[in-house]
Amino acid sequence: MGSSRSSLRRVPDGQQLLQETGFSAAVLLRLHQRFQFLDKDSRGHLRSEDLEAELSENPMGDRIVGAFFQPGQETVDFPSFVRVLAHFRPTEKNRTRGGEQPEPANSRNRKLKFAFQLYDRDRDGKISRTELLQQVLREMLGLQVTEEQLQSIAERAIQEADLDRDHAICFDEFRKSLEKVNIDHKMSVRFLE
Amino acid sequence: MENLWYVAGTIFQLWMFVVVFFIMLPAMFGLSLGVTEVYIQVLVKILEVITTSGSAGCLAGIIERVGGSMEEEMWQLRCSQPEAAGAFCLSDGVYFCKKGLESIVEDQVTQRFSSEELASWNLLTRTNQNFYYISLRLTIIWGLGVFVRYCVLLPFRIALASTGISWLVIGTYVVGFLPESSAKNWLSELVHLTCYRICARGLSATIHYHNKKNRPQKGGICVANHTTPIDVVILANDGCYAMVGQTHGGLLGILQKSMVRSCPHVWFERSEMKDRNTVTRRLRHHIAAKTKLPILIFPEGTCVNNTSVMMFKKGSFEIGGTIYPVAIKYDRRFGDAFWNSSKYNMVSYLLRTMTSWAIVVNVWYLPPMIIQDGEDAAQFANRVKSVIAHQGGLLDLAWDGGLKRCKVKDSLREEQQKMYSNIIVGQNHVRTTKTCSETREDQ
Repeated sequence: MGSSRSSLRRVPDGQQLLQETGFSAAVLLRLHQRFQFLDKDSRGHLRSEDLEAELSENPMGDRIVGAFFQPGQETVDFPSFVRVLAHFRPTEKNRTRGGEQPEPANSRNRKLKFAFQLYDRDRDGKISRTELLQQVLREMLGLQVTEEQLQSIAERAIQEADLDRDHAICFDEFRKSLEKVNIDHKMSVRFLE
Repeated sequence: MENLWYVAGTIFQLWMFVVVFFIMLPAMFGLSLGVTEVYIQVLVKILEVITTSGSAGCLAGIIERVGGSMEEEMWQLRCSQPEAAGAFCLSDGVYFCKKGLESIVEDQVTQRFSSEELASWNLLTRTNQNFYYISLRLTIIWGLGVFVRYCVLLPFRIALASTGISWLVIGTYVVGFLPESSAKNWLSELVHLTCYRICARGLSATIHYHNKKNRPQKGGICVANHTTPIDVVILANDGCYAMVGQTHGGLLGILQKSMVRSCPHVWFERSEMKDRNTVTRRLRHHIAAKTKLPILIFPEGTCVNNTSVMMFKKGSFEIGGTIYPVAIKYDRRFGDAFWNSSKYNMVSYLLRTMTSWAIVVNVWYLPPMIIQDGEDAAQFANRVKSVIAHQGGLLDLAWDGGLKRCKVKDSLREEQQKMYSNIIVGQNHVRTTKTCSETREDQ
């Protein structure tokens, strides 16, 4: 795999991304190939349509695509693309870090934050009842359930998770509700070398 | 010039010899020489060798996909808490999130495939949409495959299929001269079976029939899920049916006219098809005489991609009589049999099918069903549909197949939503307005 290092020069910000994200050179190269494939018109960046095409079957597809774009931006370049994907690297157990180093993207906390922001699209720090009911659940269930069923499902979900009774789920409540879940396993994609 | 005729004549004689002795005679007796079986086994071995040897890393892609079905994954996400069943959990979104990221990082042809199937590319470019140049050896093998499929298999199959169809026309025409008698019926069945079996050979079709004791009887209606026009050939290999359809012109019209001479198929003029009552009346008349062959109907009304079953039109279930449900499932490894009529016309579809490796299909005959008291035709239709979907391992959708032409992608998303709603709502035995007759006993 020695050739990967040299071909890394073609990847924008290659060396920096290696350090920042923890991906190996081989994986970074494959991701770049994939990025170029998704970038059908070879613009050097992706638009939401390019990603939506891959997620047409996923009920949460639009939200996941939205997670790649910074607020107000309509394109995503390769470094940003990889930084989002970095959240999904499996967590390393024995990595020690000093106090000054920034939290790695694939830490449990960052993964949870990513998942939280999928629900909280307007980024106001809370998943309100309206957000959950009218947006999240409606997208996930489509026309398969009636309006009444949707309301009762949302009510029950809020009741379970909303500990401070403000009719919304903040990040801490979200984290508490998922404390037993093996996030590292369920929110990681194993990249093959 | 004479030499050319001589050569053509010899080839023709040789061809006839091969067809009569190696294909027609076994077909008449329902035997098989085992050639197709051996071919399929060789094919499977080759595909296995290709995918497990050296190139596994490249072919398997960037990521390792593990994990089971949506239900299994959701169950694990909820930490196996039984009280969480039947409700939404915040952790549910994590499943879709991970699946979404996997799709972004790596292409997936359809989400129906298991990871094991996806890792093995079946050497058809049409199933590998981003054909990277992976290795020289694989490209050579692929090129060899193209040669074999287009230059060896295709001419053979076309010749065989044309032979089968022309003999069907001639045979049924001749049988039509006989007076009505049991001998005529027997002969007509023989001709139909033989020619359909020849056509099946022409597609390298391997068909596994299950539960033959439930085979449709005379005076009944056979109902099946529809994936491709080839369904007719698949079913007619094992029994004789009275076909239902519109009269066409041209070659198909000739075929229809001669077929109806030997046994009573039900062909409608285009104007008659619009009048539901006429159609129902004629079909009712057909099954009332219990001696006529079972009618074959595809209630979806259109071809569906064989991963789900769309809404059954209730017209077929208003006729009365006994319904014999049949589930048909194609094995995708050898070629996709689905006819997407908005994408391909008939000729290009046949070309694709005849240049696939083979058609491998499972057919399940299900126990006969009758309409119950207090059940209307739509509810009966839904009941039959869920039985078929359950047997074939297909997803049961309450969605009108007629809409699919413009909304193929929406239906895939809806399948995911449907599976998810089964997990959340299913346990509560709640009846929704759309699927009012479906019960969830099997959840």
